[in-house]
Amino acid sequence: MTRIRSTVDTTTAEFGANREAMLGKLAEIEAEQAKAVAGGGEKYVERHRKRGKMLVRERIEMLLDEDSPFLELSPLAAWGSDYRVGASVVTGIGVVEGVECLVSGSDPTVKGGASNPWTAKKSYRAADIAAQNRLPAIHLVESGGADLPTQKEIFIPGGRIFRDLTRSSAARIPTVALVFGNSTAGGAYLPGMSDYVVMVKERAKVFLGGPPLVKMATGEESDDESLGGAEMHARTSGLADYLAADEQDAIRIGRRIVARLNRRKQGDPPDAEYAEPEYDAEDLLGIVPTDLKVPFDPREVIARVVDRSDFDEFKPLYGTSLVTGWARVHGYPVGILANARGVLFSEESQKAAQFIQLANQIDTPLLFLHNTTGYMVGKEYEQGGIIKHGAMMINAVSNSKVPHISILMGASYGAGHYGMCGRAYDPRFLFAWPSAKSAVMGPQQLAGVLSIVARQAATSRGQEYSEEHDQAMRTMVENQIEAESLPMFLSGMLYDDGIIDPRDTRTVLGICLSSIHNGPIEGARGGFGVFRM
Amino acid sequence: MITNLLVANRGEIARRVFRTCRTLGIATVAVHSDADATALHVHEADAAVPLPGTAPADTYLRADLLVAAATGAGADAVHPGFGFLSENADFARAVLDAGLTWVGPPPEAIEAMGSKIEAKRLMADAGVPVLSELDPAKITEADLPVLVKASAGGGGRGMRVVRTLAELESQVEGARAEAASAFGDGTVFCEPYLETGRHIEVQVLCDLHGTVWAVGERECSIQRRHQKVVEESPSPLVERTAGMRDELFAAARNAAKAIGYVGAGTVEFLAGEDGRFYFLEMNTRLQVEHPVTECVTGLDLVELQLAVAEGRALPAGPPEPRGHAIEVRLYAEDPAADWRPASGPLHRFDVPGVAAEFTPPARGIRLDSGVASGDVVSPHYDPMLAKVISVAPTRDVAARGLAAALTRARVHGVTTNRDLLVRILTHPAFLAGDTDTAFFDRHGLGTLAAPLAGDDAVRLSALAAALAHAAANRANARVLGRIPSGWRNVVAGPQVKTYRAGDTEHEVRYRLTRYGLAGPAGVSLVSATPAEVVLDVGGLRRRFEVATYPGLSCVDSALGSVSLVPVERFADPADQVAAGSLLAPMPGTVVRVVVAAGDKVTAGQPLLWLEAMKMQHRIDAPADGVVAELGVSVGDQVEVGRVLAVVSQEDQ
Repeated sequence: MTRIRSTVDTTTAEFGANREAMLGKLAEIEAEQAKAVAGGGEKYVERHRKRGKMLVRERIEMLLDEDSPFLELSPLAAWGSDYRVGASVVTGIGVVEGVECLVSGSDPTVKGGASNPWTAKKSYRAADIAAQNRLPAIHLVESGGADLPTQKEIFIPGGRIFRDLTRSSAARIPTVALVFGNSTAGGAYLPGMSDYVVMVKERAKVFLGGPPLVKMATGEESDDESLGGAEMHARTSGLADYLAADEQDAIRIGRRIVARLNRRKQGDPPDAEYAEPEYDAEDLLGIVPTDLKVPFDPREVIARVVDRSDFDEFKPLYGTSLVTGWARVHGYPVGILANARGVLFSEESQKAAQFIQLANQIDTPLLFLHNTTGYMVGKEYEQGGIIKHGAMMINAVSNSKVPHISILMGASYGAGHYGMCGRAYDPRFLFAWPSAKSAVMGPQQLAGVLSIVARQAATSRGQEYSEEHDQAMRTMVENQIEAESLPMFLSGMLYDDGIIDPRDTRTVLGICLSSIHNGPIEGARGGFGVFRM
Repeated sequence: MITNLLVANRGEIARRVFRTCRTLGIATVAVHSDADATALHVHEADAAVPLPGTAPADTYLRADLLVAAATGAGADAVHPGFGFLSENADFARAVLDAGLTWVGPPPEAIEAMGSKIEAKRLMADAGVPVLSELDPAKITEADLPVLVKASAGGGGRGMRVVRTLAELESQVEGARAEAASAFGDGTVFCEPYLETGRHIEVQVLCDLHGTVWAVGERECSIQRRHQKVVEESPSPLVERTAGMRDELFAAARNAAKAIGYVGAGTVEFLAGEDGRFYFLEMNTRLQVEHPVTECVTGLDLVELQLAVAEGRALPAGPPEPRGHAIEVRLYAEDPAADWRPASGPLHRFDVPGVAAEFTPPARGIRLDSGVASGDVVSPHYDPMLAKVISVAPTRDVAARGLAAALTRARVHGVTTNRDLLVRILTHPAFLAGDTDTAFFDRHGLGTLAAPLAGDDAVRLSALAAALAHAAANRANARVLGRIPSGWRNVVAGPQVKTYRAGDTEHEVRYRLTRYGLAGPAGVSLVSATPAEVVLDVGGLRRRFEVATYPGLSCVDSALGSVSLVPVERFADPADQVAAGSLLAPMPGTVVRVVVAAGDKVTAGQPLLWLEAMKMQHRIDAPADGVVAELGVSVGDQVEVGRVLAVVSQEDQ
């Protein structure tokens, strides 16, 4: 084994300040998450309970195996939008009867669980994760359907929800719908497209058109139960496979369904025995400097994340501002690419491209630890082929077939975000630390670029350039870009799968890697050998 | 000379006799009912003969089968143990007629003492003090209270106290039925009932050569339903009453001589605090409580029984007793629920620091047990699990040692009287030697039967169980087993586990965070494995052993032993029973049904009777209503939880 030797001094003032800053950001995030947990607020929660119903998170807790973990995805979806944080749906990866499942439950205390554009985006992301990782999906359904005022943003793209369900089934990834309440109109296709359907007696209501619509359409007099009651669907239409006596019974039946799926993971099992890291994850709070201009050694992070702090570095003397190497996390092998000093040069790009090829040769998932300000600019570097070399790295990342996971620790700017497998490069999972920032470039740089361009334009037009206006513009742009590069904003946009406490990185990776191994792990087979770069 | 001995009995006493046989080099033959096929006594014998069936009447009470078993197995002697046919003269005769040695008194002596009515007359004639016998038909208000006894009885069966004339007839009938069922003889008689008194008995041993020993007395005053619970030697009363021992021993010897007794027997007396005593009965067999005599004398009474049966002569006199021995009977029963017998799997049975089994230790704990971990306690027989005996130079030290051994014993699976025994042994009145037959009434059975583990102990035990189960859930997880227990990136609710302790549900809500246990105030978690949880409770570290069995968790700690039934997360609607259902509280046979479906009943009205372990248990209407369903009829065997009847409340 090759143990990383940590040199972190936890007693310095700088470490203490970093830690305080990180704890402060974590507290802010926790406060935002609490808003999502609070759902539609006291009044609606109370009303829901009075109807003898469980809250969505209570349903999920009851569905999961006791004492098993639950990784909630996109908890801050819709943050910064006009909609409630969390987007009126809870999604996550949890264990049901020993099977990792993608659990999704609408929150009926938020506008009756109606879908808004962010609900839709969050649901798409969850469906992608289920499909890519071959996770059975369990839907806890109680939703008033689409939020009609925003139908233009939901109706046409929203069709993919039902398409995904049936494609999932075709790919032999089971889908289970537990219907607790309304699932009407378009929503009726959710149970309609699921492999297994459970409906709660006297609660589930599943029809294309309710009594008023039927009356208008055909003149027929009808009622909820005869059009879409659980008993009717279980005994007459056959849409329900199981009739549950109550909510807990529906969850019980749902668990029995999963128990009988006979799921077998297609990836290799993890090591039976493995050691925890030799260094305390608590230190991760103080490792990231408050000022992202100050670099930090990602080996200190790796030492606190990987099994036994055991890390074999690849090409340690070449392209040293990118650390590459092999380790295991919770018994699963990973290749790690971590930015060491922010900037990616030609050497780093080539090293990355070579390393990614090697990982594909040995079917090993890749972990990207971001702290990059992007590819180097300047005459020397342009002439040295930085575009070519950066393109190699982006090419390798794009066409790599092993699963990727990205963690945004600090900066993730410019094309560096792409090369390090940013959101658009479809990592299986992407999480951010509270210290992360992501944008096309840093706020000051962006404002400065705008200022230079504006100044040049003024000069070429022969106009006077107002320094006062320039200062105001720069401040405004800087503030805007700063706000838009913060993790809560990006999380709200669904550009990550959640912000995590740095101390939980190993746990989150463990859950992700185990989830990934539900599917096969197979690298790209290109017909060429590994290109030495 | 005996070379091969059949013990016509089961469980602990069969093991006891086999133990001596091994010492003496005598081969052993066990008999067993179907229910006992895998019992310890069967396993330990050189040969075993199955007795088809489970009911005692079909098995251990079948003299013909037992004699055939002995001859078939090549045994040359039969030891009857106690209970069953041990005091059945016909059986003794059948054994002798088959040419086998009978390890017991002559059939005539059994007969003479077998009828308690007859025995009292004989004793009166021999100058032994007796209580007068009353004719049930002539009892008047002035005679009350009276005790109804089965003439052929023993072990408290068929014995009833009658305090009002109104209940006399029904109690006589009840005693008659119970006696007929247990002993095959429904004869009962009455005698004045002394509310308090001391039960003192003398062990006698007589050989064929005219030697009659009174080996020492035992006091067995602490009784439940006339069945002994705590037995000791010497008797605190005899110790402090000058001259009493000599009088007792003389009376016992006279009694034995009066009937030409041979072998080991016990003469039982009821004594007042003043030291006056009356003959109660003579038991013509080895007693359950014989170990206390062995422990203070060093004798092996079974060995002496065998020697007498072989015609050997006893030494001139018995040895002088030394020290003090106390025995308790550990029963599978619930003292707080009217002594309801318990049955079912005995997952674990361990008594710590046992110095000897079935033989007297110089000092320390002796264990005479009929069961071992993994056995099933059968509803068909006596629910005694074991006898635990403590030997020490003084009474108080013996009591302390015994209480400690019981407290630390691990008994998982069935409810026992263990906590009651500990409360008796540590009670100031007991330690002062103030024991009499009214001990439970005087000191309150409610208090004495209260579990050693109080409410706080139960709550902490439930928390420990939950944390042990959480650890087990993680250890057994098919995926993500090494991820922190109950990890959440978004905190919503705690983990919840619910346990039932008796009738009380304990809901445990907890979260395991990076900073430790978030749960009840003042409690932190030191360590947790599936089998052991260490909690810090207000600065004091407490270790809880958690054993988990199907549908049961047993938590043992210095705070007491707590049995918890995990409440299933999910109830299958198919398992839910109709409101007003009366469930069988124990396995047994329906012996009487006095209502029919559709009958109107009032709260407390008896509906039917179950018999289990020779005790009848009445099932009453829980409330006014109508018998909506009657699921059983006379003769049905029912398992625990079977719906016997449904009483629906009348519409308001």
